[in-house]
Amino acid sequence: MRDASPAKTYALHIGVIALLFALNFVLPDYHQGLFARIMTLAVFAMGYNLLFGYVGLLSLGHAMFFSAGLYGAGLTVYHLGWGVPEAFVAGVACGALLALVIGLLALRTSGVAFMIVTMMFAQVFYLLILYFAAWTGGDQGLVIQQASRVIAIGGASFDLTNATVRYMSALALFSIILLVTLAVVRSRFGRVLVAIRENEERTKMLGYDTVANKLAAVVASGAICAASGAAYALLFGYVGSGFASVQYSILPLLWVLLGGAATTLGPLIGTLFMYYVTDITSGFTSAYLLIVGVALILLVLFFPKGILGSIRERWLGWLP
Amino acid sequence: MADKNGFFDLSKTTLSRRTALKGIAAGAGLALAPGFVRYSQAQSSAPIKIGFQLHRTGIGAAYGRWYEKTSAAAVKAINDAGGIGGRKVELVIEDDGTDPARGAEVVNKFAKQHKTDIVFGTLFSHVVIGSAPAAGENKIPYFVVSEGHHVASTKLNRYVFQPGITDVKSQIQSMAPWIAANAGKKVTQIFPDFAFGYDHRDYLPPALKAQGADVIAQIAIPPTESSFTKYFPQIPAETEVIYHVMVGPAVLTFVKELGEFYGSQRPQLFGFIDSLEAVDINSPGLEFLDGSHFWEGSPRYAQPDDSAAQKAYRAAVGIDDNGAAVGDPKDVSTAAHMFGCWETLYVVKKAMEDAGYKGPEDRAKLVEATEALKEFAEGPEHPQGPKTFNGKIHQCFGVQNISKVEGGKLKVVHKTKIEDGLYEPEGDYTTQAL
Repeated sequence: MRDASPAKTYALHIGVIALLFALNFVLPDYHQGLFARIMTLAVFAMGYNLLFGYVGLLSLGHAMFFSAGLYGAGLTVYHLGWGVPEAFVAGVACGALLALVIGLLALRTSGVAFMIVTMMFAQVFYLLILYFAAWTGGDQGLVIQQASRVIAIGGASFDLTNATVRYMSALALFSIILLVTLAVVRSRFGRVLVAIRENEERTKMLGYDTVANKLAAVVASGAICAASGAAYALLFGYVGSGFASVQYSILPLLWVLLGGAATTLGPLIGTLFMYYVTDITSGFTSAYLLIVGVALILLVLFFPKGILGSIRERWLGWLP
Repeated sequence: MADKNGFFDLSKTTLSRRTALKGIAAGAGLALAPGFVRYSQAQSSAPIKIGFQLHRTGIGAAYGRWYEKTSAAAVKAINDAGGIGGRKVELVIEDDGTDPARGAEVVNKFAKQHKTDIVFGTLFSHVVIGSAPAAGENKIPYFVVSEGHHVASTKLNRYVFQPGITDVKSQIQSMAPWIAANAGKKVTQIFPDFAFGYDHRDYLPPALKAQGADVIAQIAIPPTESSFTKYFPQIPAETEVIYHVMVGPAVLTFVKELGEFYGSQRPQLFGFIDSLEAVDINSPGLEFLDGSHFWEGSPRYAQPDDSAAQKAYRAAVGIDDNGAAVGDPKDVSTAAHMFGCWETLYVVKKAMEDAGYKGPEDRAKLVEATEALKEFAEGPEHPQGPKTFNGKIHQCFGVQNISKVEGGKLKVVHKTKIEDGLYEPEGDYTTQAL
C-alpha cells in the first residue's frame, strides 16, 4: 500500500458518506430501506474486516458478537423497557464483554484452530439462545414494538420506524464506524495489527506485545459487530436466533472477501453487491443462490483480492 | 409472476421526498426522466395485487410448493367468478428463502416496489415474526397462514391477520378431550426442543388436566439430534399415550427407532401430522404408525362423507383421493395446512368487498372490515369447515380432525367442535392505532 496524503484519503471517505447521504433523497422507497439495512450490516462486515483483514485472524464465530448486540439491545427493550440509547449501549457493551472473554480463550490458538474454536463458541451462543427461549423467543424470535423504537431527545422525538430517520440513523452509525476504522488502520495500533498479520514472530521480536494487540483487536471487532447487531434490532424491530447461526458467521466473511479484505470501504461494497445480486436474481429464478455462487466463483477467479482490493492492487495503490 | 420492472424505477419515488430535495434530483437530471411522477393508485379496473411471500426455497420449500398450488387455484376460482369487487386478482410472488431477514425485505418490496394491496401466505413462524414489523411500518395488511400462536398472542401488530387457519394453541386444546377419553390418561410428550415443540409443551398439560388426564413426562429432543433411541428409556413405564410432534427429516428415524424400542407392545400413539406433511404415510419405516392417531387440519385422504365443497376444493387444487398430486402419487401434498391459503384468500375477498376497497389508500378500512368479520360458513369458500373469527386477536377458530392410520391411509375418526378450541383472548389489537 502506497501512502496517500491524509486529506485525499479522508476526502474519499467523506465523499462516500456524502454520496450515501444524497442517495437518501433520490433512491426509490424500497431501495432506501434496503440501503439502510445494507449500511447496518456493512458495519458488521467492517467489524469483521478489522480482525480478518488487518490482523489476519479468520473467525467463523462472529455471529455471536452480532447477536450479542442484537439481544443485548433487544432484550433490554423488550423485557426491561429501556430506551433506545441505553439499549444500544447495552448491546455494544454485551458484544465487547463477550469479545473480551472469547478473545482471552480463543487467542490461545491460531490458524485453523482459531476458526474452529470461534465457531464452537458461536454454536454454544446459538444454542444458549434456543435454550433460554422463555426470554429470547428461541428460534421464533421477538418483535420490538414500534412504540419502543423512538428516541426522545429534549422535546424532539425520532421514530426509528420512519424511513428517513432509519436511513439517517444507519448512515450515522456507518459513518462513525467507517471513520473510526480509517483512523484505527492509519494509527500506530493499526500498523502493529498489519505487522502481526504479515509476520507475528518478527513483530514480537521488535518488542510489541502481540497477544495484547490481538486481544484489543478482537474486542474492537466484537464491539463494532455488536453495534451493528444492536442497531439492527432497534432499526428493524426483530430479534431472532437465525442471526446467531453459522450462516451469519460466514456472511461477513463473504462480504469482506468480495469487497476486499483490509480495505476500509470493501465491506460496504461487498455487502451491497451480495444484497443486490440476491435481490435481483431472486426475481428471476428460485435458483438464485446458484447464481450468487457463480458470481462468487467469478470474482475469486478474476478479482482474487476482492473488488476494492483488486482495484487497489491494479490502479489505486493509495486506497486504505 | 413476479414484477421485475420496479428495480430502480424512479417513477416509483414518492413525491414528498422528491419535493424535499428536488434540487438534488434536478441536478442529477433525474427530474426529467420519463414517468417521474407519483405512483398513481390502482384504477378501478386494474387487478388487485396480492403479494405472496412464498417459501420457495429453504426449509419451508415443501410446504411452499403446495401453498403456491393452492393459492393459484383459489385465485383462478375467484377470478373465474368475477374477481374481488369486479376486479381480477393477481398474485405477485417473491421467495423469502424461509428466512426472517429476507422475509422482512420481501414485505418491504411488496409494499414499496411492487405496490401490492396486501401481503399474504407466510407459513413459518420465525418468518412471520421477522416480517411483521415491516408490515406494521408499511401499514400493509399481512394475512398469514402459519398456524403459530404468534398472531393470537397479540404480540405482533394490528396489520397482521390469521383468518384462514387455526392456531396451534387452539389445536392442542381441541385434542385434549379426545385423548383423555379415548387414548389414555397418562401422557408422555416427545417434542423438538424449539419453539414449535414449546407450544405443545406449554399448552397440552393444562388442557389435559381440565379433562382429568396428566402429562407424566416431557422429553425435549435437541434440534441437532439424529438418533433417538437413547431418549426412549426416559418414557415412564406407566405411560398410556405417547404424544409426539417431531418434525423435519429426522421423523422417519424417530418412528423407526420407536418401533424397534417397543416392538408390538406399545402405548397409544398420538401425533400432529405436521411431522409427516408431504411425506407418504406408507414410506418404509412408518409401518409402526399403523393404528396410531394424528391431528389433521384438513384430511389428506378423501373421506366417505366429504362435502361437495371439499370435493370441489380437492379437484381445483389438483389432489387425488390419497392427497397426492393428480398424476403423481409420490408428490404428497401438505393437505392439513394448505387449505388455509384457499380460505384466507376468500376472507380477503369478503373483507375487501365489505370495505369497498379501491386501493392502498383503503388499507385501514380493510383492516377494520377484517376485524369486523365474525363467522365463515362451511362451503366452497371454506371447504375445511365452519369457522368463527375473533377480530380483537385477528385469529380464526375452527373444527379439527383426528385421523387413524388404517390400512395405509388416514381415516377421520373424530371431528372436534369449534368451542373445544376457544380460549380467553390475551390482548386486543383493535386498541392499537391504525
